[in-house]
Amino acid sequence: MADLMKVTIDGITVEVAPGTSILNAARQIGGDIVPPAMCYYSKLEGSGGKCRTCIVKVSKGSEKDPRPMPKLVASCRTTVMDGMEVQNITSPEVLEARSGVVEMLLINHPLDCPVCDQAGECDLQNLGYEHGLQKTRYEFERRTFDRIDIGDKIQLHMNRCILCYRCVFTADQITNKRVHGILNRGDHSEISTYIQTAVDNDFSGNVIDVCPVGALTDKTFRFKNRVWFTKPVDAHRNCDHEKCNGQVTLWYKGADVLRVTARKDQFGEVESFICNTCRFEKKATSDWNIEQPTHIPDTSVIASNHYETFKPLPVIMENLALQKANQVELEKTSKF
Amino acid sequence: MGRKLLLEHINVPGINTLEVYRQKGGYRAVEKALKTLTPDEVVEEVKKSGLRGRGGAGFPTGMKWSFLAKPEGVARYLVCNADESEPGTFKDRYLMTYIPHALIEGMIVSSFALGANTSYIYVRGEMMPQIRILEKAIAEAKAAGFLGKNILGSGYDLELYVQSGGGAYICGEETALLESLEGKRGNPRIKPPFPAIAGLYGCPTVVNNVESIAAVVPIINDGGDEYAKVGIGRSTGTKLISASGNLVKPGVYEIELGLPVEEFIYSDEYCGGIANGKRLKATVAGGSSVPILPANLTLKYANGEPRLMSYESLAEGGFATGTMMGSGGFIAFDEDQCIVRNTWNFSRFYHHESCGQCSPCREGTGWLEKVLHRLEFGHGKMSDIDLLVDVSKKIEGNTICPLGDAAAWPVASAIRHFRDEFEWHVKEPSKSQTSNYGLANYANPIEKKEEEVKQDNS
Ligand SMILES: Cc1cc2nc3c(=O)[nH]c(=O)nc-3n(C[C@H](O)[C@H](O)[C@H](O)COP(=O)(O)O)c2cc1C
Ligand code: SF4
Ligand code: SF4
Ligand code: FES
Repeated sequence: MADLMKVTIDGITVEVAPGTSILNAARQIGGDIVPPAMCYYSKLEGSGGKCRTCIVKVSKGSEKDPRPMPKLVASCRTTVMDGMEVQNITSPEVLEARSGVVEMLLINHPLDCPVCDQAGECDLQNLGYEHGLQKTRYEFERRTFDRIDIGDKIQLHMNRCILCYRCVFTADQITNKRVHGILNRGDHSEISTYIQTAVDNDFSGNVIDVCPVGALTDKTFRFKNRVWFTKPVDAHRNCDHEKCNGQVTLWYKGADVLRVTARKDQFGEVESFICNTCRFEKKATSDWNIEQPTHIPDTSVIASNHYETFKPLPVIMENLALQKANQVELEKTSKF
Repeated sequence: MGRKLLLEHINVPGINTLEVYRQKGGYRAVEKALKTLTPDEVVEEVKKSGLRGRGGAGFPTGMKWSFLAKPEGVARYLVCNADESEPGTFKDRYLMTYIPHALIEGMIVSSFALGANTSYIYVRGEMMPQIRILEKAIAEAKAAGFLGKNILGSGYDLELYVQSGGGAYICGEETALLESLEGKRGNPRIKPPFPAIAGLYGCPTVVNNVESIAAVVPIINDGGDEYAKVGIGRSTGTKLISASGNLVKPGVYEIELGLPVEEFIYSDEYCGGIANGKRLKATVAGGSSVPILPANLTLKYANGEPRLMSYESLAEGGFATGTMMGSGGFIAFDEDQCIVRNTWNFSRFYHHESCGQCSPCREGTGWLEKVLHRLEFGHGKMSDIDLLVDVSKKIEGNTICPLGDAAAWPVASAIRHFRDEFEWHVKEPSKSQTSNYGLANYANPIEKKEEEVKQDNS
């Protein structure tokens, strides 16, 4: 393997393989310095570069050519150079530009979170919460589209779409027949199937998981519950589809499986794509081998009242006797 | 009289035919290049000429050509960008309509220099007549042995195709053009890789403007050094300027770079002054994407020295007091024109033409348009003006392709130079609907210049 490249992001140095993007280098470091990514998806070739939320400042180009890059760059599509220095959350310029991008993403967004199935696990909600302004400066009518059903399992709310193109890449690369794409230009672009052809093939349901917002939602879960009332559990089954490994997350409410999704990693990306049979048709506990509760970061609303976020009370941390008494619980928390 | 290198024979009847074009010395460059020069020697001449891209960015053409990757066994392409859709620019259409063989000849020489055996001319969809004209010219050239296999016995083969676009401004951006040429949605690509490494069908590709390619003909005929003698400093040669707006004689002019702006506007050889005895208020000197300038700064720098028609001189003063050569779309506004309305109109265009990939451009162009619409129609607020500046800043420099910048600059520059006119629209909402703000004081009272310039000329 070629020599590793040294890159410093917000003062933290990491060595990565040549060809790694700044975003992926930051993900290797982890934590707060990872730029948010609304369109890049590591499993989708060609994705990224569009939403501009992942922009960072390259304050030193490389060891060889230390000049800074003249403009902010999309970290998901900029490869690291040896000796590169990058500023993300340490640059006020980046933070300002990013909140500008978030504002742009929200001006035409319907803000209908109260009735949106994605609420609680929506990347745009998280982004808006972290970077957004409390008030909007946009005083015009927002663009609207009619809802359309693409097939009987998936519904498209174009109003909520941020045109990240992930679903288009998914359909193009994961399913065997791409029947949807983007029509028109600019802010009048829309995802469509052209005359509402049903999106119907084994892997089409994955567009729901890759969609960062509530534009593509699972009709079998529609209005069933709020995600933060459900309990996610990792499970698998022996799926006979050659491309599906049957590893999923089941979302329980009481004893019922309300929906099935692919498993997502800490950056919100699916671990592996799953087939439509697993997603839409296997909704009984008996279909599955349960593994364990799904890890939910405690920054997520889904973690509210969640067993995993159990944090020992401060008083326990100070008292050895109490720690002994609660040993089992404590081990559980320190596992995560 | 300025020298003409491209349009010298434009008024010769029948110059659009191969026969007359040849009588006037046409296709000499093809013969010279293919019979007496190597491809590298042609590239060398173009480098020496100092020719800069005429499509907008002004990147040196010879240098661009020398960046072209030349891996073994991989095809290379030359693509001519004839998508010309920038408001204010119509020179390529003029050239293709009246003297199409100048482009065909340039394409042959340039393709030879780059080692391309298949080349394309991508023409804007609305230009159907020009597509027919080019196809006819190609057929003529082919019949005369200037295209096809073994051209003039040199062993060099070239097929030249005309491809019609769908009529999208964004397909003039070179990577969007390549996507469109490949039959896909015309979205600009994320660079790198640049087309010189991976362009059309992933092969090394050069994209050049119509005028850049046509300019290769005089460069080869007379030599790069001769060409470089025309013009001024790093702005060598001649440039086609599309002059429009409130001028006595709008139209396409070939100028020697370095001509004073004042002479271009007021002399009878060129635009002949402002129409109807009005006074000049402002200009957009290089097509709708470049910053607008008030009359005083159009004619002179901030320090009072005269401004010239050249890449450097138009840009003198940077964003604060300068503008850009762009694609040479020169639009003049007289004292009766409303800058707010014009800015709104430009932003309407960019809103309509944004491809919609990047969030800031997709959403921001629409936002700008709506706020400008409100201001123009008397519903604006004082805070809108700063809002526009802020939104344009959020777009600028933060997009995949330069359309975002092109949408932001006209707005930012209009407010920079004409802020009081925007404020007037807010303060006098009803008056602004029926009357004009006029010249006011920003364009320091400007004397009518026609008389003086005529004297200078005689
Ligand atoms: C939005 C946009 C539109 C453009 N339209 C054109 C065009 O219509 N014609 C053109 O020659 N160049 C156009 N360009 C510039 C091209 O991207 C490219 O720089 C040019 O074709 C290179 O040719 P040159 O080096 O000969 O100037 C456009 C650029 C942008 C960003
Ligand atoms: S529907 Fe969802 S995945 Fe598809 S482009 Fe819109 S936001 Fe992205
Ligand atoms: S800047 Fe605008 S036109 Fe250019 S790629 Fe982005 S959205 Fe498309
Ligand atoms: S994630 Fe990088 S631009 Fe969208």
